Amino acid sequence: MAKVQAHSGQQHPIKLYMVVWGLLFVLSTFSYLVDYLGIQGYLRWFLILLFMILKAGLIVAVFMHMAWERLALIYAILVPPVLVLVFVALMVSESHYTALTRMTFFGAGQ
Amino acid sequence: MTESIERPANDPLLRPAGLRGVAADLSSDQRAFKNVSWGKAMMWIFLLSDTFIFGCFLLAYMTARMSTTVPWPNPSEVFALTIGGTEIPLILIAIMTFVLISSSGTMAMAVNFGYRRDRRKTAALMWATAALGATFVGMQAFEWTKLITEGVRPWGNPWGAAQFGSSFFMITGFHGTHVSIGVIFLLIIARKVWRGDFDQERRGFFTSRKGNYEIVEIMGLYWHFVDLVWVFIFAFFYLW
Repeated sequence: MAKVQAHSGQQHPIKLYMVVWGLLFVLSTFSYLVDYLGIQGYLRWFLILLFMILKAGLIVAVFMHMAWERLALIYAILVPPVLVLVFVALMVSESHYTALTRMTFFGAGQ
Repeated sequence: MTESIERPANDPLLRPAGLRGVAADLSSDQRAFKNVSWGKAMMWIFLLSDTFIFGCFLLAYMTARMSTTVPWPNPSEVFALTIGGTEIPLILIAIMTFVLISSSGTMAMAVNFGYRRDRRKTAALMWATAALGATFVGMQAFEWTKLITEGVRPWGNPWGAAQFGSSFFMITGFHGTHVSIGVIFLLIIARKVWRGDFDQERRGFFTSRKGNYEIVEIMGLYWHFVDLVWVFIFAFFYLW
């Protein structure tokens, strides 16, 4: 848990970065294959979001050294963006309503 | 709760880790985030604000896309390239993604060599990062040119919903601007590293007084963030 990390810098073996680099390539390839193979529906959404989260996690945790930062900083940076999901939920509801209104007043397909 | 104790190399005080550490940091009536330097904390806070800006762009795009009654153009086909007679879906975006990830890889290694005070390797890796970043922007310019030639405008396009153009130019344009600024930032810091500014503790613009290589990590944070944003754009704009 506790790490001795300070101003002396982030000393990690180069190999760690190589492994993460490789993983990001593999995950990006998987993301691309989801489109290339034409996977549709909920499976497509699940895979896209899964690979996205894994890639984002690797970049933030290792490349940006978040895994070795103080917990107070980690929470201060990571918690606010999570709250954006509330905004997402609001706007999904709003856009459904807008679409419904448009279809009612303009007719489907305009 | 774990009662582990964290002891930074340059801090004589013992500081609690874990949740107890969070409480101790934020209630200490002193500088928060103990042993995180100002430069790093400020870059993180800037990146958090940037996250909200990009978040709002993607949200606006999502709302536009979900509320339009006109079909949304299929990105898989719009961004396909014909190579050797066959049309490959989304291939340009895939290559751009790999280029940007590679630039993140070289940047991470540059930070590492910076802390080892190997200024030649650090500068070389930063130049490689800048070159990959410039390649990305170049490919984006090609992508924009192609789409504009095909008739995509912020107010319309040949394939469907008019909002496609405005979302596309707004989101990728703002990201491309970030990459371009990053390339400039990289070149400035790489020059200082190459010249040995951080070894001689030379004073100047963006040169920290302490004469250490932390600015390389701070600029690395910015660069990785640009890559991070692309991960979300790739998922939500190109794969959706």
